[in-house]
Amino acid sequence: MSVESTRKSPDSEGASSVGAPDVHVKTAGESAPPAATVASASRNPLNSLMAGSAGRNLGLVIALVLLCIVGVATAGDRFASVDNIMTILRLAAVIGVVSIGMTFVISGGGIDLSVGAIVALASVWATTLATQTMAADFHWILMVFTALAVGAGCGLINGSLIAYGRIAPFIATLAMLAAARGLAEIIAQRRTQIVTNRDFIDFFQASVLGVPVLVIIFAIVAIIGWVLLNRTTFGRRTLAVGGNAEAARLAGIKVQRQTMYLYILLGLACGLAAVMLMARTTTGTSTHGGLYELDAIAAVVIGGTLLSGGRGTIVGTVFGVLIFTTLTNVFTLNNLGISTQAVAKGIIIIAAVLLQQRVAARRGSP
Amino acid sequence: MAGNDASTLLGMADIVKRFPGVVALGGVDLDVRPGEVHCLLGQNGAGKSTLIKVLAGVHRPDEGVITWEGEEVHFAHPQAAMDMGIATIYQELDLVEGLTVAENIYLGHEMSRFGFSQRRAATKSAAALLKRLGHPEISPSAEVGTLSAAGQQIVSMARALSHHAKLIIMDEPSAVLDAGEVERLFHVISDLTDEGVAIIYISHRLEEIRTVGDRVTVLKDGKTVATGLPAKETPTTEVIRLMTGRSIEYVFPSRGTVPDGEPLLRVDGLGRRGEFHDVSFTVRPGEVLGLAGLVGAGRSEIIETVYGARKNDAGTVEVAGKKLRSGSVQAAVAAGVGLAPEERKSQALLLGDSVATNISMASLTRFSRSGIIDRQAERTAAIDQVESLDVRPTGVDREMRTLSGGNQQKVVLARWLLRGCRVLLLDEPTRGVDVGARSEIYALVRKLADDGVAVVVVSSEIEEVLGLSDRVLVIGEGSVLHEAPADQLDEHQVLDIIMRGDAA
Repeated sequence: MSVESTRKSPDSEGASSVGAPDVHVKTAGESAPPAATVASASRNPLNSLMAGSAGRNLGLVIALVLLCIVGVATAGDRFASVDNIMTILRLAAVIGVVSIGMTFVISGGGIDLSVGAIVALASVWATTLATQTMAADFHWILMVFTALAVGAGCGLINGSLIAYGRIAPFIATLAMLAAARGLAEIIAQRRTQIVTNRDFIDFFQASVLGVPVLVIIFAIVAIIGWVLLNRTTFGRRTLAVGGNAEAARLAGIKVQRQTMYLYILLGLACGLAAVMLMARTTTGTSTHGGLYELDAIAAVVIGGTLLSGGRGTIVGTVFGVLIFTTLTNVFTLNNLGISTQAVAKGIIIIAAVLLQQRVAARRGSP
Repeated sequence: MAGNDASTLLGMADIVKRFPGVVALGGVDLDVRPGEVHCLLGQNGAGKSTLIKVLAGVHRPDEGVITWEGEEVHFAHPQAAMDMGIATIYQELDLVEGLTVAENIYLGHEMSRFGFSQRRAATKSAAALLKRLGHPEISPSAEVGTLSAAGQQIVSMARALSHHAKLIIMDEPSAVLDAGEVERLFHVISDLTDEGVAIIYISHRLEEIRTVGDRVTVLKDGKTVATGLPAKETPTTEVIRLMTGRSIEYVFPSRGTVPDGEPLLRVDGLGRRGEFHDVSFTVRPGEVLGLAGLVGAGRSEIIETVYGARKNDAGTVEVAGKKLRSGSVQAAVAAGVGLAPEERKSQALLLGDSVATNISMASLTRFSRSGIIDRQAERTAAIDQVESLDVRPTGVDREMRTLSGGNQQKVVLARWLLRGCRVLLLDEPTRGVDVGARSEIYALVRKLADDGVAVVVVSSEIEEVLGLSDRVLVIGEGSVLHEAPADQLDEHQVLDIIMRGDAA
């Protein structure tokens, strides 16, 4: 079939746009319904507040506060101690860095299932005997560079396959998920590799003014991510590509290149997360990063980033990560098992998405 | 006018269909007899597609009476029309490409016993239907996606017959066919009518209507202007007069004199296999060039290829003497070319984003220093554009989707003006734009030209092309049929050139 007939062309009379008014008739009748829904949304001040980005973040704040109240009520001082809060933040830091990267990929209309596997591969590669020997001779920063390079390399492969090979992101990154974790097992021979470099561990396990370095890294990544997404041409192009790739292309934006950059960026985030995980656990192993893809996607989605792309929120993602980590912490303090946590997680995801859809419907989007 | 005598299969009398803010059908009369080919003619926007959808049960008419075999009927939903015996073959075929021919034919009314589909029986009767349509070579077990457009059309017809359709509506069936396939389609049609099946045949090609049609109904601006004309005897001039007699007048800005000078845009021998070939033209600064032609003539393909959104197989595009890299939008944009595409919503706009974001989209680097966007400068520039183009409402923070069609189009123009483009390509610039805003868009285009922009306008509304342009190319079947100054052509001549298919 010709391009014209596959692309929906309203100037072909009787196109299959069922229910739409004859597009060619001399009026802009089609724009009336959204306008009406917007008007009805703004009539209710609460609704219009909830429809704004502040409102969405407000919902997340409320959820987090509720979780904290439950934590205090059930675990008392064990929950509300500086130590425990730092524990939560340290746990949140690793998945948080991955989730910030994931926010970019999802805002750009993609998805990446391979983040956990990339974290594993990067952690293994950076802790092999060869790498660690070189690091011992030179400097531990070599391990960091190795992890970042492995992450970026995996992201480059993902991005090239998706942008230039035109493979669906789901499939391309599913393949990477399998391959990267497999490669990690081969390199590590399924053994846990111990990080022997004391300086590396000391640096990343340290605290500055009581705040763990890992948490500081997360904060820096979040701030850079926020600026990048909201204040730069890179972020604007990301949202344009995710919101309407064809419009972006016809406006002269290099859609394929932008798409590839997004996966490389996420790969870098995974490499950094691997470094943080190596420092926290003092190991590199092929089992690191298990189910990170689901945790990261869940955090991004409940944060308010549209899974279909075009709208992304770093602040929302940070809250999403904190909510899940706090939940885990509260459950653990109350001796509730991982299985119960999983059920609660599932319920939260569905509740958040339902809420998001209702907000989206009020905004008059299809 | 709609006869209710026994010989009438379908009667429509005074059908009115309103959509919010517009009357799509304002009194349509039509009567179709068993075994006839009834042709429906009308320009784009005359209401043909709405009429089809009313008959297919997609739209319910607000006023008027539909009779079927002498009795008044109401179609509550598409299935009801189908059950009655009305089948519609849309131009964009509604087949499932991954299923087989037989599965598609019986989609929705599968042959089954005890919940198990009877594939052998379905295959057998599908083969019988295909044979009846004169296409036994199509295998019932072939995947529909592997068939040609012509083959898929036959499958759609077989599906219609499987519903025991007594009336088949064909929306521009020849648009996707080559000459030989059209010939065979006509054979199929005459076999069907011999069996008493009635056909409503929609086409822009007058010679086809003469070949296959019995009677003609002409629609204009949602009304029947003539019905029951003999298809073979009515003179072409009469048909064209009926189609074009206008009731709505738009205000076109007066043309200035195009300054002499070197062409800014030079297109030479441009071609894309299967779409268009050997297209050459030039546009000078300050000139508006119009491409007139019907749907499917290749106008949009040409303009998108000039822009680099499609890769050309042959020919070159030059801007200010510099050859553009083939198939590169970036090269075109960098050379100062802008496109306002045919499908504004899906091809041009970020509907969920603000007006300002949409305007600045192509000029981001201008408002950024080392990648960081100066949002104040961006906003100020957007406000300037909104004011100078009179986009209403004026707020640049408004969500794009809340704007009307005309204002959305102005935002697209604003995007390119902000980029400082020298060559502006406009594809159907007033589609979905209401009457008042149309004149504004026209004035705007003329003003841009007066400011030295080279403009190319593509429109399926011939009046628009003639009114807006300095010079006009008439496009038909993927090639340039005729070129003339706009004031030396009128609508009749253009339609005549298109329908004859060669230069006058």
